Amino acid sequence: MTQKRIDGSETPLLEADKLTKIFGTLKACDEIDLRISAGEIHSLLGENGAGKSTLVKMLFGALQPSSGSISWKGNAVTVTNPAMGRSLGIGMVFQHFSLFDALTAAENIALSLDEKTPLDTIAARARGIGDAYGLPVDPDALVGDLSVGERQRIEIIRCLLQNPDLIILDEPTSVLTPQEADLLFVTLERLRSEGKSILYISHRLEEVRRLCDRATVLRHGKVVGQCDPRAETAASLARMMVGSDIHVIERSPVQKSAEQSLPLVEVNGLSQRPRGPFSVSLHDIRLAVQAGEILGIAGVAGNGQGELFEAISGEVLQERPDIIRLRGKDAGRIGISARRKLGAAFVPEERLGHGAVPDMSLTNNLLLSRHATDRKVFLAGGALKLVAESSLASAAKRIIGRMDVRKSAENPDASALSGGNLQKFLIGRELDRNPSVMIVNQPTWGVDAGAAAHIRQALVDLARSGSAVIVISQDLDELFEISDRIAAMVHGRLSESVPIEAMNRERVGLMMGGAEHAAPLASAGAA
Amino acid sequence: MMRIEIVRRPQHSALFSALSPFIALFLTVIAGAILFSLLGKNPFAALYSYFVEPLTEVWSIHELLVKAAPLILIAVGLSVCFLSNNWNIGAEGQLIAGGIAGSILPVMFPDFQGWYVLPLMLLFSMAGGMAYATIPAYLKVRFNTNEILTSLMLVYVAQLFLDWLVRGPWRNPQGYNFPETVQFNDSAILPAIWADSGRAHWGFIIALIAAVIVWFMLSRTLNGFEIKVLGRSSRAGRFAGFSAGRLTFFAFLVSGALAGLAGIAEVSGAVGQLRTTITPGYGFTAIIVAFLGRLNPLGIVAAGLVLALSYLGGEAAQISLGISEKSARIFQGIILFFVLASDTLIYYRIRFVTRLGDAVAKGA
Repeated sequence: MTQKRIDGSETPLLEADKLTKIFGTLKACDEIDLRISAGEIHSLLGENGAGKSTLVKMLFGALQPSSGSISWKGNAVTVTNPAMGRSLGIGMVFQHFSLFDALTAAENIALSLDEKTPLDTIAARARGIGDAYGLPVDPDALVGDLSVGERQRIEIIRCLLQNPDLIILDEPTSVLTPQEADLLFVTLERLRSEGKSILYISHRLEEVRRLCDRATVLRHGKVVGQCDPRAETAASLARMMVGSDIHVIERSPVQKSAEQSLPLVEVNGLSQRPRGPFSVSLHDIRLAVQAGEILGIAGVAGNGQGELFEAISGEVLQERPDIIRLRGKDAGRIGISARRKLGAAFVPEERLGHGAVPDMSLTNNLLLSRHATDRKVFLAGGALKLVAESSLASAAKRIIGRMDVRKSAENPDASALSGGNLQKFLIGRELDRNPSVMIVNQPTWGVDAGAAAHIRQALVDLARSGSAVIVISQDLDELFEISDRIAAMVHGRLSESVPIEAMNRERVGLMMGGAEHAAPLASAGAA
Repeated sequence: MMRIEIVRRPQHSALFSALSPFIALFLTVIAGAILFSLLGKNPFAALYSYFVEPLTEVWSIHELLVKAAPLILIAVGLSVCFLSNNWNIGAEGQLIAGGIAGSILPVMFPDFQGWYVLPLMLLFSMAGGMAYATIPAYLKVRFNTNEILTSLMLVYVAQLFLDWLVRGPWRNPQGYNFPETVQFNDSAILPAIWADSGRAHWGFIIALIAAVIVWFMLSRTLNGFEIKVLGRSSRAGRFAGFSAGRLTFFAFLVSGALAGLAGIAEVSGAVGQLRTTITPGYGFTAIIVAFLGRLNPLGIVAAGLVLALSYLGGEAAQISLGISEKSARIFQGIILFFVLASDTLIYYRIRFVTRLGDAVAKGA
C-alpha cells in the first residue's frame, strides 16, 4: 500500500494542481500542488502565515481559488461552499470550535446536519461513533460544562457522522494535555486503518513525526518540500519550515544573589467566584516569583488562566489589598494603571480586542498601556493631557526596531499586522519600559517559530536582568524552554511549582490533569 | 449566473469613509425624486423647492442657521456618546430639560435683569440638561439598564412635564390662556448676529465653538483617546486602565449639557418664550446629523446645515407644492437609512461573481 502511494500510480483521493489564491497584492497560496492518497495521514506543515489555512479553506470550499484546480477521486471539481465540500466527503474540524455552550452535544450535532433527524437518533448515532472510535461523549451533556478535549470530540463526531473520506484537522492538539493528545492519536490511527484519509495541520513537529505518513511543507505560500516525516528529525523539519536554523534560546542559570531575596510578585490565597456563566472560579491560588526567575504556568485552556491574569493585572480587583503584592507593596485593591506604576507589565492572551484595539494605529496602541506610566513623555499640555504624537512615533519606532516587527505601512492599524508581528510589538511595548514584573498569557500563541524564539529570548533576557516573569502557556515545549519553575492550573487551582530540573512532560501532564493535588496526601499517608 | 457577494476589506477604506455621506445624500435625492413622482408631482420642481429654493434668499439662510444651531449643538454632544458606545437617544428630553431650567430666571424672576442674566441662563440650561442625562447614565452604570430605552422614555416624561408647566404654573396670566410663558425681557434674549438681515442668533456661534472644542478634545487629548478606545473595545479599555462607568457619565453629561444649551438657544434665541412646542424633534434629527457627520464634530457642522435644509425644504415644499411638511421627516429617515447602508462600504466591498464551474461541480 505504501509503495502504491509513493509511486503515485493509484488515483489519489484528492489532488490540488497549481492552486493559487491572491488577496490584493499578497499571494497567500502560490501554485500549490498537493496529493492526498486514500488511507494516509498527511501532514501540512508551515509557519503561521505560510498559507496553510488558506489552502485548507479552498479545499473545503470556504474560499475560492484564484487559479488552479482540484480533483476529487479523479474528477475535476469546483467546491463552491462548505456544504458542497461536506457532500463530496470532506469533513473539517476547526481549531476554534463552533459549538453553542448553552446547547447539548446532540443538539449541537443536529444543527450541522442537513436532514431532519430526531434528536434521539442523533444521540444514539453519536454514542455509537464515539464508542467505535474511542471518543466517549455524553450526548445529553451541556457543551458549556464540557472540557476542551470533550468539545473537540464532539466536533470530530459531528464530522464523522457525515461519513467523510477526508478529514481535515486544524491544530487539533493545541488545546489538549499530552494524555488527551495520545487518545486522539489512537482515534486517528483507527480511522486510517479503515481507509480514511486525514489532512493534519500542525506545527508540533514531534507529533507529526510520530503520526503522519507524509508531509507537505509550505513556506510563504509555496510548497518547499515533501517528505516522510518519520525519516526526518524535528530539527530538519523545522529547517524546512522556516528556511533557516531556529534560534536556540540561551538560558543562563538563575543567579541567586541573596539567600532569600524578596519576591517581586506574590499572590496570597486568591479565591474568586465565577464572574459569568462560562467563567472559572479561582481557589486559594498562591505563588511567589523572585527577581531573575521565570515561573511557567501550564494548563489546558479554560482552567482559570485568564481569570488569574486579570486578577494579577488589576483588571479585576481583589477583596483584600494583600492578596496581590507587587515589589513588596499591597496591590490587591488598586487598578491596572497603579499596578503598572509599581513596575508591573502585562501582555494578555488575546491580542486584538484586549491587548490592542484592532482598528487603531500602532502608536495609539502604544499609548494604550503606557499613558499612565510614561505620562511625562507621551502626554503634553499639563491637565489638558495632549497626546504627544511625535514622542509616540519615535517610541514605536524604537520598539519596532528592537523587536524586528515587520509591517506594511508607516503606522498601520494593529489588525493589519500578522499575529506574530503584533505580538512582538505588544511584548516590545512592555519590555520598552524595563518592567520589574512581567505577566504574559500565551506569549507565542499563533506566532511563527522565528518570532516565537525572539519573544522567548526577550523574556529570558528580561528575567536575567533582574525582573520577575510569569508566563502562562499551553505550549509545554515553550515552558520547558524558558521556565525556571513550572506549576499547572486545573479547575481554577494552581499546583505547587516544581523546579525545571525535577520536571518532565509526564509529570506536568498529570499536574494538568489534576492528579498532582492528591499526590502529597497519598504519599503522606503511605509514609 | 451571477452572484453578489459582500466581502470584508482587510483594512477600512479611507476613500469610502469620506465618500459615504455623499453617496447617501445622492441616493436620498434619487429616492426623493421617486417619492415625488409617485405623489404625482414634478420631481425636479419638488427637489428644487426642497433643496435649492431655501438657499436663494438671505432671510432664508438666516432661518437655516436658526435650525442648524440646535442640531449641531446636540449632534456634537451625541458624537461623544456614540463614539464611546453610549446610545443616548434622549437628547430631545435633555433639550427640553435645558429649555425649562434656562427659563427659570426670565419666567420666575422677570425683574432680575442685567448683562449677567444670559450667561446664568446658559449655565442653568446646561445644568438642567446634564441633570436629566444623569438619570439614564446612572441607571446604566448602576443597574446595567439599557440606556436606549431609558433615555428614550425620559423624552416623553420631559415633554409632558413641559406641557404641564406652561399650561399650569408658568402660564402667562395675560396670555389669553395660550400655553405660553411670559415673553422674556430683553436681557434674557439671545441676540441676533446680524439683526438687520434676519433672525440668526448667537446659538449658531455657540454651536460652532462647541464643535471646535469637542473636535479638539476627541482628536488631540487623552480624554478623546479614552472615548475612542472604550467605544471600540471595552476590554482593551479596561486593560488600558480606563473606566467604562466613569466615561458613561462623562459622555451623558457632555451631551446633556449641549442638548440643554440647544434648548435655551431655541427658547431664548428663536422663540423668546417657553412654549409647549419648542422643538420639532431636533433631539432625534440630531442623531441623523451625528451619523451623517461621521461622528466628527467638524463633519457634524456640515451635516447640521444639510438636515436644517430638510426642515426648511419641507416648509417650502408645503407652500409651493402642497406636499405635507411631514415629508421632511420622511427625508430625514431616508437619509439615515442610506447613511447607515453606505457605511457598509467602508468595511466591506461588493463583489460580483460569475460562476461557470457550478455545473462541473454538481456533476461530480
